[in-house]
Amino acid sequence: MTTMIPTSAAGKKTSRFQIDLRSWLFWLIMAVWSLPLIWLISMSFRDNADILSKFEVIPTEISLNGYTQFFQDSSWIGSYMNSITYTLMNTVLSLIVALPAAYAFSRFTFSGDKHLFFWLLTNRMAPAAVFLLPFFQLYQAVDLFDTPLGVALAHMLFNVPLAVWILEGFMSGVPKQLDEIAEIDGYKFGRFFLTIFIPMIRSGIGVTAFFLFMFSWVELLIARTITATAAKPIAAQMTRTISASGIDWSLLSAAGVMTIIPGVIVIWFVRNYIAKGFALGRV
Amino acid sequence: MAEIRLEGVAHSYDGGKTYALNPITMTWKDGKAYALLGPSGCGKTTLLNIISGLLKPSEGKVFIDGKDVTDVVTDDRNIAQVFQFPVLYDTMTVRKNLEFPLKNRKVPRAKVAERVNEIAALLGIEKDLDRKPSKLRSDLQQIVSLGRGLVREDVSAILFDEPLTVIDQNFKWTLRNRLKRLHLATGVTVVYVTHDQTEALTFADEVLVMDQGSLVQAGTSESLFLEPQHEFVGYFIGSPGMNFLDVEASSSVLTHNGKPIGKAAKAGLNGSHRFGVRPEFLVPSKSGLEFKIDRIEDRGVFKLVHLSKDDFKFIAKTEESYDAKVGAKANFSFDAKRAFVYDMNKKAVSTVSPSSAGGN
Amino acid sequence: MDGKKKNNRAWFLVLPVVFVVAFTAIIPLMAVANYSLQDIQGASNRLFVGLDFFKRVATDPNIQDAFTRNLTLSAQILLIQIPLGIFLARLMPRSGWKASAALVVVAIPLIIPWNVVGTTWRIFTRSDIGLGGVLVNQFFDYNLSEDTTDAWGTILVMDTWHWTPLVTLLVYAGLRSIPQAYYQAAAIDGASRMAVFRFVELPKLRRVLMIAILLRFMDSFMMYTEPFVVTGGGPGSSTQTLSILLTTIAIGQFDLGVAGAFSLMYFLFIQIFSFIFFTVLTLDERPGATKVTPKEKKAAKLEQQAEKASSKLKKVQK
Repeated sequence: MTTMIPTSAAGKKTSRFQIDLRSWLFWLIMAVWSLPLIWLISMSFRDNADILSKFEVIPTEISLNGYTQFFQDSSWIGSYMNSITYTLMNTVLSLIVALPAAYAFSRFTFSGDKHLFFWLLTNRMAPAAVFLLPFFQLYQAVDLFDTPLGVALAHMLFNVPLAVWILEGFMSGVPKQLDEIAEIDGYKFGRFFLTIFIPMIRSGIGVTAFFLFMFSWVELLIARTITATAAKPIAAQMTRTISASGIDWSLLSAAGVMTIIPGVIVIWFVRNYIAKGFALGRV
Repeated sequence: MAEIRLEGVAHSYDGGKTYALNPITMTWKDGKAYALLGPSGCGKTTLLNIISGLLKPSEGKVFIDGKDVTDVVTDDRNIAQVFQFPVLYDTMTVRKNLEFPLKNRKVPRAKVAERVNEIAALLGIEKDLDRKPSKLRSDLQQIVSLGRGLVREDVSAILFDEPLTVIDQNFKWTLRNRLKRLHLATGVTVVYVTHDQTEALTFADEVLVMDQGSLVQAGTSESLFLEPQHEFVGYFIGSPGMNFLDVEASSSVLTHNGKPIGKAAKAGLNGSHRFGVRPEFLVPSKSGLEFKIDRIEDRGVFKLVHLSKDDFKFIAKTEESYDAKVGAKANFSFDAKRAFVYDMNKKAVSTVSPSSAGGN
Repeated sequence: MDGKKKNNRAWFLVLPVVFVVAFTAIIPLMAVANYSLQDIQGASNRLFVGLDFFKRVATDPNIQDAFTRNLTLSAQILLIQIPLGIFLARLMPRSGWKASAALVVVAIPLIIPWNVVGTTWRIFTRSDIGLGGVLVNQFFDYNLSEDTTDAWGTILVMDTWHWTPLVTLLVYAGLRSIPQAYYQAAAIDGASRMAVFRFVELPKLRRVLMIAILLRFMDSFMMYTEPFVVTGGGPGSSTQTLSILLTTIAIGQFDLGVAGAFSLMYFLFIQIFSFIFFTVLTLDERPGATKVTPKEKKAAKLEQQAEKASSKLKKVQK
């Protein structure tokens, strides 16, 4: 709908000026909102001595110290890859498990379905702190302590309910007649599900994958608790920058910037679907 | 009570690359009911939104009662619009819904109450005034939507955008009837957009058929049915639509694959054309063209006879008394006033009378 | 809305989820319950103490403080972030490349690992070398590590910075899903912008807003990482959230019994709250589309038939 003439009180036209004002205001607010991040990026391009000696908004002496340290130290790269690994694992596993369940909730009613759905929901609301100790012991007991798979599994606690919730919403948008038609046409359920149904909810899976990635990537507490050295997430590694001699701001901010990049990339790819996912109001 | 006039109104959503609405100039008179009929994408909703002021046309001017309203905002245009689904303010009662447009225009309270009661009586919803609209049946909800438009005394025209779309099948008919009676009672100009020909043909005094952004033909339902000036009108109106056949004209004699079909009334017609005749006017005859009967559908009050000849098929609509065997040969002819020949621009050029010789 | 088929075999489809969640939730919770009911001094030295730990938790002043502190924090967060989120959503561009760009910019704070959020703000709020700290210090004394109000305020601002985008995105999506027709009708009705917000947008946003409120309350009630990184819970215990306290007790002090009871009560409180919210949410899932009575249907059909008959009569007479 282009060139819709907006109205305001008493039939006066909202001037273009007023519309532009709103636009300016929005981007102004966004600029201010981005300040902490801009500051972080700015810091990442200075070395510690410089940071501590003077306060400046735009670095005059650019140093790649922080970044070189990050890339040259295997423990940094290693932990970064760990985080990416378990996040991806978690996304895939959660999707695999959630898809059939979401289908069940969307298409059928069965004894206890409402209670099950609610119970799933509450897991999304579980405080991580509650599970720290039991997780610590449980994952040691099953020999998954300090492994990416362990963290991936642990994160399924809150991610699987979320995935079921969002996917069910998208699936409900696909008419049930489709299933019936496919059945009449002789499709076995498995084939129908994989070759017909899933492509139809492509955007839904995209949105779900985004949220799964997001919540797993950002979660620190559990990830830190059930890992030690081998599968240590980047978040734990970052606490290493705080030592007796002070805080390694340069390295810390460089690492911080590095952790933001995967998220930005993912958002960019799903930007057209984000609104749709939120539209279900099921985050 | 208003006259709506369009001068060269056209609209492009992409800055001139493609036109959703091609230039149209016409006048809609006071108090009549007009239907804009056409398939989705034909531009009817665009045209409606231009009239109501929700869309500013990229070209042309709009006049309401002689006043140039092209740049005037919607709420100053004195029109009301009813949408495809009931548009109501859920948090307000029906009464408050009806009061809303008046209160926004600072009408004095006593007058507001009086007007609301008046309209509610007209619409037959007095008993529902203090209920929440979401509790009403969908057709009544549409009535309330309409009510919000009627409540303003200065309303010149009411625009309907496919208002029966979400109405329960059982109530479509009653709502349509009610709308028609309300139109007669209030005497406002009504423009009704639909893709359903039955709605259009029964509701409107005059139907404007649109296709791909252009007005194809305007006329009463009778004239559209009996004299389709454009192929699209022949095709879109009528159920089933017109039968068409590619023909070659040579000195006004129309042939298909060399076999004569008919003779155009207009002299000196040559070249590639299309012949059209409605199923209703393809009648069994002793002379005429010989067809083979493929299938007969008994529809109770009439029969649809599927015919084939050489490489083409026609459908004839006959009385229920028509009796013939499937597979048999039968002759059908047509009334010279009811068959047409269309040029390559799909425009009707002439009527066609059957060939004198019995075709084979 | 066609009905779902009743089919108990659907449980097979749901089993994997149940199994996973049971593994990740139920078993740990059982362990937690175990701790909460026993005083464990060693591997073979367990004493069933009933509800002792629960009583201790309920009466512990530290825990009570943290509870009220967290409630206050959540309340303030809701009061700030919900209106602010709505305000921002209404400002966002609605279409075109600007809308995509806006979405990305708004969403960025949400995908930052929470410790990095904390870290970023830690740097940002340094009164000596941080942009934010220096700016604020121009106007009044700002000391994050010593002044409790400054610490509290910083947590609020940081959380707002971090999570308002969630509300904004939810509300934005909600706004986009309002059919144009409502705005058009409001224009025809001569409604002011305020009236449009009040009578069209807000009612249609009800469901989305309830979800936003529920999520923000829950998440803020469980807040751990951000405050921990920025203030460590301090100065003193002024910014010590329930989760921080619990973690200290569980992992730091290894006080299993107290941690266990604390965990269960914490979780229970959230469950009850979620249950109330969820029930209220799904209550108006389908606003009563009034049932059409068979009598009404019949009347309509009769009317239709009568008219058809009379028009047929007219045709015959022609």
